Amino acid sequence: MALFLTFLKAFVVGGLICCVGQALLMHTQLTSARILVLFVVSGVALTALGLYKPLVDFAGAGATVPLLGFGYSLAMGAMQGARSSGLLGAVTGGLVRTAAGIASAVVFGLLAALLFKPHAKR
Amino acid sequence: MSKTLKDPTHRRYNRMVKAMTPGSNYLQGYARAFWVGGLICAVGQLLSLFGEKILGLPEGSDAMFTSIALIFLGVLLTGLGVYDDIGRYAGAGSIVPITGFANSMASPAIEFRREGLVLGVGAKLFTVAGPVLVYGLSASIAAGVIYWLMGRLS
Repeated sequence: MALFLTFLKAFVVGGLICCVGQALLMHTQLTSARILVLFVVSGVALTALGLYKPLVDFAGAGATVPLLGFGYSLAMGAMQGARSSGLLGAVTGGLVRTAAGIASAVVFGLLAALLFKPHAKR
Repeated sequence: MSKTLKDPTHRRYNRMVKAMTPGSNYLQGYARAFWVGGLICAVGQLLSLFGEKILGLPEGSDAMFTSIALIFLGVLLTGLGVYDDIGRYAGAGSIVPITGFANSMASPAIEFRREGLVLGVGAKLFTVAGPVLVYGLSASIAAGVIYWLMGRLS
Protein backbone atom coordinates (compact mmCIF):
# COMPACT_ATOMS: atom_id res chain seq x y z
CA MET A 1 0.00 0.00 0.00
CA ALA A 2 2.81 2.37 0.94
CA LEU A 3 4.51 1.36 -2.30
CA PHE A 4 1.36 2.12 -4.29
CA LEU A 5 1.14 5.52 -2.59
CA THR A 6 4.75 6.30 -3.55
CA PHE A 7 3.93 5.67 -7.20
CA LEU A 8 0.64 7.55 -6.99
CA LYS A 9 2.38 10.62 -5.54
CA ALA A 10 5.08 10.53 -8.23
CA PHE A 11 2.41 10.15 -10.93
CA VAL A 12 0.13 12.94 -9.72
CA VAL A 13 2.82 15.51 -8.86
CA GLY A 14 4.79 14.77 -12.04
CA GLY A 15 1.59 14.99 -14.07
CA LEU A 16 0.63 18.32 -12.50
CA ILE A 17 4.07 19.82 -13.19
CA CYS A 18 3.68 18.75 -16.83
CA CYS A 19 0.28 20.46 -16.87
CA VAL A 20 1.99 23.72 -15.90
CA GLY A 21 4.20 23.25 -18.96
CA GLN A 22 1.15 22.43 -21.05
CA ALA A 23 -0.53 25.65 -19.90
CA LEU A 24 2.52 27.64 -21.01
CA LEU A 25 2.55 25.76 -24.31
CA MET A 26 -1.12 26.39 -25.07
CA HIS A 27 -1.71 29.86 -23.64
CA THR A 28 1.58 31.63 -24.35
CA GLN A 29 3.87 31.94 -27.35
CA LEU A 30 6.72 30.20 -25.50
CA THR A 31 8.55 27.53 -27.50
CA SER A 32 9.56 24.26 -25.88
CA ALA A 33 13.20 25.41 -25.59
CA ARG A 34 12.12 28.49 -23.63
CA ILE A 35 9.87 26.39 -21.42
CA LEU A 36 12.78 24.06 -20.60
CA VAL A 37 15.03 27.02 -19.71
CA LEU A 38 12.24 28.52 -17.62
CA PHE A 39 11.70 25.24 -15.76
CA VAL A 40 15.37 24.72 -14.95
CA VAL A 41 15.88 28.30 -13.72
CA SER A 42 12.61 28.11 -11.74
CA GLY A 43 13.82 24.85 -10.20
CA VAL A 44 17.04 26.54 -9.10
CA ALA A 45 15.16 29.52 -7.65
CA LEU A 46 12.53 27.42 -5.83
CA THR A 47 15.26 25.20 -4.37
CA ALA A 48 17.36 28.18 -3.24
CA LEU A 49 14.27 29.56 -1.48
CA GLY A 50 13.80 26.21 0.23
CA LEU A 51 10.46 25.57 -1.44
CA TYR A 52 11.32 22.63 -3.70
CA LYS A 53 13.01 20.24 -1.27
CA PRO A 54 9.71 19.52 0.56
CA LEU A 55 8.11 18.59 -2.77
CA VAL A 56 10.99 16.23 -3.57
CA ASP A 57 10.65 14.62 -0.13
CA PHE A 58 6.92 14.21 -0.75
CA ALA A 59 6.76 13.10 -4.38
CA GLY A 60 10.20 11.59 -5.13
CA ALA A 61 10.60 11.07 -8.86
CA GLY A 62 7.43 13.10 -9.45
CA ALA A 63 9.47 16.16 -8.48
CA THR A 64 12.96 15.12 -9.65
CA VAL A 65 12.14 13.76 -13.13
CA PRO A 66 10.59 16.99 -14.55
CA LEU A 67 13.16 19.61 -15.56
CA LEU A 68 12.42 21.52 -12.35
CA GLY A 69 14.26 18.62 -10.72
CA PHE A 70 17.34 19.32 -12.84
CA GLY A 71 17.30 22.84 -11.42
CA TYR A 72 16.83 21.32 -7.97
CA SER A 73 19.95 19.15 -8.42
CA LEU A 74 21.97 22.10 -9.72
CA ALA A 75 21.00 24.32 -6.78
CA MET A 76 21.39 21.59 -4.14
CA GLY A 77 24.84 20.81 -5.54
CA ALA A 78 25.89 24.47 -5.48
CA MET A 79 24.64 25.02 -1.93
CA GLN A 80 26.19 21.80 -0.63
CA GLY A 81 29.42 22.75 -2.39
CA ALA A 82 29.33 26.16 -0.73
CA ARG A 83 28.88 24.49 2.65
CA SER A 84 31.69 21.97 2.22
CA SER A 85 34.30 23.86 0.19
CA GLY A 86 33.33 27.53 0.24
CA LEU A 87 33.20 29.77 -2.80
CA LEU A 88 34.89 27.23 -5.08
CA GLY A 89 32.28 24.65 -4.12
CA ALA A 90 29.49 27.12 -4.89
CA VAL A 91 30.84 27.39 -8.45
CA THR A 92 31.52 23.69 -9.07
CA GLY A 93 28.80 22.01 -6.98
CA GLY A 94 25.98 22.29 -9.50
CA LEU A 95 27.87 20.55 -12.27
CA VAL A 96 29.33 17.93 -9.94
CA ARG A 97 25.88 16.86 -8.81
CA THR A 98 24.40 16.79 -12.32
CA ALA A 99 27.49 15.36 -14.06
CA ALA A 100 26.00 11.89 -14.52
CA GLY A 101 22.94 13.23 -16.32
CA ILE A 102 24.81 15.71 -18.52
CA ALA A 103 27.57 13.26 -19.44
CA SER A 104 25.15 10.48 -20.29
CA ALA A 105 22.92 12.80 -22.34
CA VAL A 106 25.96 13.92 -24.38
CA VAL A 107 27.29 10.40 -24.94
CA PHE A 108 23.92 8.78 -25.68
CA GLY A 109 23.02 11.70 -27.96
CA LEU A 110 26.28 11.31 -29.86
CA LEU A 111 25.82 7.54 -30.22
CA ALA A 112 22.22 8.03 -31.38
CA ALA A 113 23.33 10.52 -34.03
CA LEU A 114 25.88 8.00 -35.31
CA LEU A 115 23.57 4.97 -35.20
CA PHE A 116 20.15 6.24 -36.24
CA LYS A 117 18.95 7.67 -39.52
CA PRO A 118 16.81 10.80 -39.40
CA HIS A 119 13.08 10.16 -39.51
CA ALA A 120 10.86 12.04 -41.90
CA LYS A 121 8.84 14.68 -40.07
CA ARG A 122 5.19 13.82 -40.25
CA MET B 1 -6.89 45.52 -38.91
CA SER B 2 -10.20 47.06 -37.87
CA LYS B 3 -11.29 47.23 -41.48
CA THR B 4 -10.71 43.53 -42.10
CA LEU B 5 -12.50 42.57 -38.88
CA LYS B 6 -15.60 44.51 -39.96
CA ASP B 7 -15.68 42.73 -43.28
CA PRO B 8 -18.26 39.93 -42.85
CA THR B 9 -16.39 37.58 -45.15
CA HIS B 10 -13.26 37.98 -43.04
CA ARG B 11 -15.22 37.47 -39.84
CA ARG B 12 -16.77 34.31 -41.19
CA TYR B 13 -13.37 33.14 -42.38
CA ASN B 14 -11.84 33.78 -38.95
CA ARG B 15 -14.64 31.81 -37.32
CA MET B 16 -14.02 28.93 -39.72
CA VAL B 17 -10.29 28.97 -39.03
CA LYS B 18 -10.97 28.92 -35.31
CA ALA B 19 -13.37 26.00 -35.62
CA MET B 20 -11.04 24.00 -37.86
CA THR B 21 -7.79 24.61 -35.93
CA PRO B 22 -6.83 21.35 -34.23
CA GLY B 23 -5.67 21.24 -30.63
CA SER B 24 -8.04 23.94 -29.51
CA ASN B 25 -9.42 21.43 -27.04
CA TYR B 26 -7.57 22.60 -23.93
CA LEU B 27 -8.98 20.00 -21.56
CA GLN B 28 -7.72 17.18 -23.74
CA GLY B 29 -4.30 18.83 -23.90
CA TYR B 30 -4.09 18.92 -20.12
CA ALA B 31 -5.35 15.35 -19.72
CA ARG B 32 -2.76 14.01 -22.15
CA ALA B 33 0.11 16.02 -20.64
CA PHE B 34 -0.96 14.87 -17.18
CA TRP B 35 -1.11 11.15 -17.75
CA VAL B 36 1.92 10.84 -20.02
CA GLY B 37 4.06 13.14 -17.85
CA GLY B 38 2.84 11.39 -14.72
CA LEU B 39 3.59 7.99 -16.22
CA ILE B 40 7.17 9.01 -17.10
CA CYS B 41 7.64 10.15 -13.50
CA ALA B 42 6.19 6.88 -12.22
CA VAL B 43 8.68 4.99 -14.42
CA GLY B 44 11.39 7.15 -12.84
CA GLN B 45 10.13 6.14 -9.41
CA LEU B 46 10.25 2.48 -10.44
CA LEU B 47 13.83 2.86 -11.73
CA SER B 48 14.84 4.60 -8.52
CA LEU B 49 13.39 1.76 -6.42
CA PHE B 50 15.05 -0.79 -8.68
CA GLY B 51 18.41 0.96 -8.22
CA GLU B 52 18.00 1.24 -4.49
CA LYS B 53 16.51 -2.15 -3.56
CA ILE B 54 17.73 -4.52 -6.25
CA LEU B 55 21.05 -3.05 -7.38
CA GLY B 56 21.74 -1.87 -3.83
CA LEU B 57 23.00 1.55 -4.93
CA PRO B 58 23.96 3.92 -2.11
CA GLU B 59 21.91 7.02 -1.26
CA GLY B 60 22.30 9.58 -4.04
CA SER B 61 23.52 7.09 -6.63
CA ASP B 62 20.00 5.80 -7.20
CA ALA B 63 19.02 9.31 -8.37
CA MET B 64 21.96 9.30 -10.80
CA PHE B 65 21.00 5.83 -12.00
CA THR B 66 17.43 7.01 -12.58
CA SER B 67 18.59 10.05 -14.59
CA ILE B 68 20.94 7.98 -16.72
CA ALA B 69 18.33 5.29 -17.38
CA LEU B 70 15.59 7.80 -18.29
CA ILE B 71 17.97 9.74 -20.54
CA PHE B 72 18.94 6.47 -22.22
CA LEU B 73 15.27 5.63 -22.80
CA GLY B 74 14.53 9.15 -24.07
CA VAL B 75 17.41 9.05 -26.54
CA LEU B 76 16.57 5.50 -27.68
CA LEU B 77 12.91 6.36 -28.31
CA THR B 78 14.03 9.49 -30.15
CA GLY B 79 16.34 7.46 -32.37
CA LEU B 80 13.56 4.99 -33.14
CA GLY B 81 11.26 7.89 -34.04
CA VAL B 82 8.78 6.99 -31.30
CA TYR B 83 9.38 10.04 -29.11
CA ASP B 84 8.11 12.35 -31.86
CA ASP B 85 4.81 10.47 -31.80
CA ILE B 86 4.63 10.68 -28.01
CA GLY B 87 5.39 14.41 -28.27
CA ARG B 88 2.61 15.03 -30.76
CA TYR B 89 0.16 13.25 -28.48
CA ALA B 90 1.30 14.48 -25.07
CA GLY B 91 2.65 18.00 -25.64
CA ALA B 92 4.36 19.21 -22.48
CA GLY B 93 3.90 15.76 -20.94
CA SER B 94 6.81 14.69 -23.12
CA ILE B 95 8.81 17.96 -23.03
CA VAL B 96 8.98 18.70 -19.31
CA PRO B 97 10.36 15.35 -17.98
CA ILE B 98 14.10 14.68 -18.29
CA THR B 99 13.34 12.35 -21.22
CA GLY B 100 12.23 15.50 -23.09
CA PHE B 101 15.58 17.10 -22.35
CA ALA B 102 17.29 13.98 -23.76
CA ASN B 103 15.03 14.20 -26.80
CA SER B 104 15.91 17.87 -27.30
CA MET B 105 19.59 16.88 -27.51
CA ALA B 106 19.36 13.72 -29.59
CA SER B 107 16.71 14.83 -32.06
CA PRO B 108 18.59 17.76 -33.74
CA ALA B 109 21.88 15.83 -33.51
CA ILE B 110 20.36 12.97 -35.53
CA GLU B 111 18.63 15.31 -37.95
CA PHE B 112 21.76 17.37 -38.71
CA ARG B 113 24.14 14.41 -38.91
CA ARG B 114 24.61 15.14 -42.62
CA GLU B 115 26.09 18.55 -41.79
CA GLY B 116 29.08 16.78 -40.31
CA LEU B 117 30.36 15.50 -37.00
CA VAL B 118 31.52 18.85 -35.65
CA LEU B 119 28.98 21.50 -36.71
CA GLY B 120 26.23 18.95 -37.35
CA VAL B 121 26.20 16.47 -34.47
CA GLY B 122 28.52 18.24 -32.04
CA ALA B 123 26.88 21.65 -32.22
CA LYS B 124 23.26 20.56 -32.63
CA LEU B 125 23.38 18.40 -29.51
CA PHE B 126 23.36 21.72 -27.65
CA THR B 127 20.65 23.58 -29.55
CA VAL B 128 18.37 23.40 -26.52
CA ALA B 129 20.73 21.89 -23.93
CA GLY B 130 23.11 24.85 -24.41
CA PRO B 131 20.67 27.53 -23.24
CA VAL B 132 19.36 25.21 -20.51
CA LEU B 133 22.89 24.70 -19.17
CA VAL B 134 23.91 28.35 -19.56
CA TYR B 135 20.99 29.68 -17.54
CA GLY B 136 20.56 26.72 -15.18
CA LEU B 137 24.25 26.60 -14.28
CA SER B 138 24.51 30.38 -13.93
CA ALA B 139 21.46 30.45 -11.68
CA SER B 140 22.89 27.63 -9.54
CA ILE B 141 26.21 29.46 -9.15
CA ALA B 142 24.31 32.60 -8.14
CA ALA B 143 22.36 30.54 -5.60
CA GLY B 144 25.56 28.92 -4.30
CA VAL B 145 27.40 32.24 -3.97
CA ILE B 146 24.47 33.90 -2.18
CA TYR B 147 24.24 30.88 0.13
CA TRP B 148 27.99 31.14 0.81
CA LEU B 149 27.74 34.90 1.49
CA MET B 150 24.85 34.36 3.91
CA GLY B 151 26.91 31.74 5.72
CA ARG B 152 29.78 34.20 6.06
CA LEU B 153 27.61 37.02 7.32
CA SER B 154 25.73 35.06 9.94
